[in-house]
Amino acid sequence: MNSILSLNTLIWLIPLPPLVAFAVILLLVNKSNRASHGTALLAAGLSFIGSMIVFFKALSATSLATAPFGSEINWLPTGDTWLKIGVMVDPLTAVMLFFVAWTVLMIFIYSVGYHNFGQPKGDHDRPGLPPHGADVTEHGKSHRVLSIEPMYARFFALISLFAFAMYLLVVSDNLLTLYIGWEIMGLCSYLLIGFWYGKESARKAAIKAFITTRIGDVFILLGLAALYSLTGSLSFKEILTNPAVLETLSTTVSPVLGLSWAGLVGLLLFIGTIGKSAQFPLHVWLPDAMEGPTPVSAMIHAATMVSAGVYMVIRFFPLISAGWHPGDTLNPTMTIMASIGAFTALFAATIAMGQNDVKRVLAYSTISQLGYMIAALGIGAFTAAAFHLMTHAFFKALLFLGSGSVIHGMEHGVLHSGDHIDPQDMRQMGGLRTKMPRTFWSFLAGGLALSGFPLITAGFWSKDEILSGAFLGSHMAVFIMLALAALLTAFYTARQITMVFFGEPRSEAAKHASETKPVMTTPLLILAFFALTAGWVGIPKEFPILGHFSPAWFQTFLGSMVESAHGEEHSLVPLLTSLVVSLGGLTLGWLVNRRFKTAAQMDPMEKSLGFFFKVFQNKYWVDEFYEVVFIRPAGWIAEKISYQLIDQTIIDGALNGIGRLGNGLGRLFRFGFDLPVVNGAGDGLADGTKGLGSLFRRMQNGKIQHYMGLAVLFIVLIAAAVVYFVQI
Amino acid sequence: MNFLSIPILAWLVLIPVLGGLLLLLIPGKKVELIRWSALGISLLPLFLTVLLWLNYQPKAEAHFQFEMIIPWFEVIHSSIHFGLDGISLTMVLLTALLTPLSILTSFNIKENVKAFMALFLFLETGILGVFVSLDLLIFFLFWEIGLVPMYFLINLWGGDKRNYASLKFILFTMGGSLGLLLAIQLLGVLMGTFDLVEILKSWPFLQEGTIFKIPYEIVKAIAFWAFVIAFAIKVPVWPFHTWLPDAHTEAPTGGSMILAGVLLKLGAYGFLRLVLPLFPVESAKYAGWLAALAVAAIVFGALSAASQTDFKRLVAYSSINHMGFVILAVAAAAWAGGNTDPAVRQSSVIAVNGAVLQMFNHGLSAAGMFFLVGVLYDRAHTRMLDKFGGLFAIVPNYGAILIFLSMASLGLPGLNGFVSEFMIVRGVWPIYMALTAVSMIGLLFTGVYVLKAIKLVLQGPFNETWAGRISEINVRELVVIVPLMILILSIGIWPSWILTIINQTVMRWF
Repeated sequence: MNSILSLNTLIWLIPLPPLVAFAVILLLVNKSNRASHGTALLAAGLSFIGSMIVFFKALSATSLATAPFGSEINWLPTGDTWLKIGVMVDPLTAVMLFFVAWTVLMIFIYSVGYHNFGQPKGDHDRPGLPPHGADVTEHGKSHRVLSIEPMYARFFALISLFAFAMYLLVVSDNLLTLYIGWEIMGLCSYLLIGFWYGKESARKAAIKAFITTRIGDVFILLGLAALYSLTGSLSFKEILTNPAVLETLSTTVSPVLGLSWAGLVGLLLFIGTIGKSAQFPLHVWLPDAMEGPTPVSAMIHAATMVSAGVYMVIRFFPLISAGWHPGDTLNPTMTIMASIGAFTALFAATIAMGQNDVKRVLAYSTISQLGYMIAALGIGAFTAAAFHLMTHAFFKALLFLGSGSVIHGMEHGVLHSGDHIDPQDMRQMGGLRTKMPRTFWSFLAGGLALSGFPLITAGFWSKDEILSGAFLGSHMAVFIMLALAALLTAFYTARQITMVFFGEPRSEAAKHASETKPVMTTPLLILAFFALTAGWVGIPKEFPILGHFSPAWFQTFLGSMVESAHGEEHSLVPLLTSLVVSLGGLTLGWLVNRRFKTAAQMDPMEKSLGFFFKVFQNKYWVDEFYEVVFIRPAGWIAEKISYQLIDQTIIDGALNGIGRLGNGLGRLFRFGFDLPVVNGAGDGLADGTKGLGSLFRRMQNGKIQHYMGLAVLFIVLIAAAVVYFVQI
Repeated sequence: MNFLSIPILAWLVLIPVLGGLLLLLIPGKKVELIRWSALGISLLPLFLTVLLWLNYQPKAEAHFQFEMIIPWFEVIHSSIHFGLDGISLTMVLLTALLTPLSILTSFNIKENVKAFMALFLFLETGILGVFVSLDLLIFFLFWEIGLVPMYFLINLWGGDKRNYASLKFILFTMGGSLGLLLAIQLLGVLMGTFDLVEILKSWPFLQEGTIFKIPYEIVKAIAFWAFVIAFAIKVPVWPFHTWLPDAHTEAPTGGSMILAGVLLKLGAYGFLRLVLPLFPVESAKYAGWLAALAVAAIVFGALSAASQTDFKRLVAYSSINHMGFVILAVAAAAWAGGNTDPAVRQSSVIAVNGAVLQMFNHGLSAAGMFFLVGVLYDRAHTRMLDKFGGLFAIVPNYGAILIFLSMASLGLPGLNGFVSEFMIVRGVWPIYMALTAVSMIGLLFTGVYVLKAIKLVLQGPFNETWAGRISEINVRELVVIVPLMILILSIGIWPSWILTIINQTVMRWF
């Protein structure tokens, strides 16, 4: 009992260290870079240790799904009752804690090197802009080196807050605190995407991210209100593991589109996920989020933000799928999820083929991979979705940090050679394999995992789970789209690796690129380990040969939370498909793109794809479409209709009209009645009707006695009026 | 008369006005003395309020606490009847807190300091008086007292268009008061007393019968509309709102803080204290209209805010947007009045809890935002957003504080605005589902205008003209803003310290 008690306390404590670090850095130690990152790393370390303890306790717990760890407290008085908040660790939380803790810690460590700790200050560096490099003189020779980030402390403060929000979201036992963490993450992503706020592109991207995700967020708020109204609670335990509540929700009809209440709430929450996890049509913010420093990209794309979106729908799967059983036709909400997920997976993969920015390729691959998870959930493959979420977090964190390392190496080359090229442009790279071996090998591991390279990578196992889920559930459209997307994924990954690491350097900068420091490459190697091995915990029992030796731990652990998706049946079709698309895509990608020799030459992709390449390169012109159809009209309505027409023309116009009418009447009385008829006797009256204007003018002589006199006069007059009126 | 025998609420209301009169005795040249005295005097009501807060018993038998009744106009049965419940106590706290902060903000006023400070203290008396009054006539008296100082604050210390703005402000509000006065007199004559507690015992239940040969139903409807219009102008409810952007923008910073922070709450308070309890039937009947206007305020307020180029005007419009949520909750409670379904009742209680908290929260964040605009204006002498840019680089502390306050205004979870908006949305949702959904457009555009302001002031390429001309926020300014920030954060994280007091009252009052 005692140990459970302290374990529950420990769960409450997991999110706190980064929050404390945020406050401490911001208020106390921001002058010292060393103290700032020290505080942040210590906090991340503490949360990491806490998470691991809880994770391993969770592994050894019996029936964790039905009796999760956790406790709750009263938070908000609501009439006679309280809204409670609390923490909870069930199998899903445990898995989340595991990968969040690892990726966050790795990103924190990596950031020390990424922001050039220990390097000199740049002469022209200023807050709000990325460091430009510094001149140093060694042995009488002057040369340029990377310079330290001018807002180094602020970075660690913000990223700590980011980590806090994610931990909060993960350990929450209710939708309210989950939403709080969710929104704080939105703020952090805004502040960190716009970290170099002096750049026009960065501030635009930051706002775009915040507003686009906020579109989804307001729907969640409605979902929250609806769920709370219907069930009187927001606790996962009381809603999601309570068959009676789920039964009621799935059988009562909501006023929208004939959906059940469970379906409607699920849909509202899912719209939030569309925003947060960048699904079509709200995917546009994620690629622009590349404007932030690369560790932030890794945070957003792997450890936190987008994973949070998928996590929420996985968490709410029992609600979304309420009334549905494996083998049934999908309910409307699930159908929408499956369609959007599968479409996004394919759509984003095509765009990724046309990108030349090393981070943008990864950004679109994230969107695409998130589409897999959403599609998996839509077809009811609960464990497969969670499995892919975990493996993806590892290999995508790795790929982003790897690309940051590549960019760093290129920046070094740029400073060294004075060659003014974009250090993120893959066309300028090439041959980095030998210059940056540790980065190369780890990036290769991540890339292979992303493309689902068979057996030895984590991505293979989780993607295979999804594909077989789609195939066995006979969702053929989803299966074909995802398989096609997997082919494209392997293709563009091979393209990226070929363009960056193989061939000969295509620029001076690439020739002088150098490997980054161990503080950056060590996290890469650790993440590479997980990118390769994390899939082995989920090798399905039905898998030929290997399956006999596999405990299929992941499926058992997480599967205990829901009705089992598919039983004994098995097919070799999805497995063969996985093998073909992965290996085929990788080979094709390499074959096509190894022809890339010089930065100036026509992209071999353009040669083979022609017009489609233009379409992919321009991302189907979705941004331009939104600009014309939504953003500009919204601005126009705000300015021309709401402000100028309604407020200034109609309302104030009417008021001014009344004012003029009053004036006119006054004049009419004075000149048409007063002066000729009453004449002298009416002067007093006329003076009175001249109204407040002249009275107030006279009072503006600045004498305090007059104001006081007036105030008293007012009261006296009113009181007198009252007395007079009432006594009649 | 023994001073100690004077009830605490009388002290609370009298101290500012007496202090203001004392200020008048100080020679006008001793500016520093006047400023510090004014600040000192304004801290006394705050001190008393903290005492009240600590001694208030949320679960006590009596609904109103610290009650006092002093006969006043015995002929017409009007007495000085003061008392506090959880709703008014919260508003008193807001007033007593924002007044010293606004006075401290106004230390940069150079002209006619004595008059300014005295008016400010008179204003406080007027506002506190409204919140503690339980007699309709006294209520009205304080209501009017509050108007006059505000008019002069705008008219004498305001911006370029102060004449237009102050006249618009006073005419609009007086226009509303006229009906209010008549309606109050009507009630007084009919009931033979102005005492709210007495009136509430019978008036809402008068059904059959006539007065002056006019059926009660019609009399009540007329009185109802008179009350509603007066309070709707004050809140302001769309479309009575156009005085607000002008008045807020032209007022001096301290005035804007009180105007947005407290004066707007008088209107919403009027709805909760008088309209809903006095006119349950009429309220329920017209609740749908009120809800629709509230949503119009939320949506159009946000849209108009998003199209502003003057920072202060943008903040002013944000008030319309935020107060719209208060009125939306009031409308839901009006609709649910008398409904015995426990689910509906709970929704309505949550909505009103949210409304009162939103009033308090908006007081904190709007005052803070106006203050921060003032800080910038003091240095740059412009408020046009497109004149700034990239200031984050030279004023990081100011920038961080501005982002903090902006996020509170935007309703970021973890800060105060979210808690109240969440409660309002939750409470209103089962009652006005479609309208709640439409109001989300407003919530989205809240994000748009808040981020627009941050974008144009703090972010982007640094506008070199400000190099060396805009200095970091100073200590006096920090003393003003930090208490607001602490409260904003404390309500965001642990709202029950204030909500337990509001909640008990709301459960009984509605």
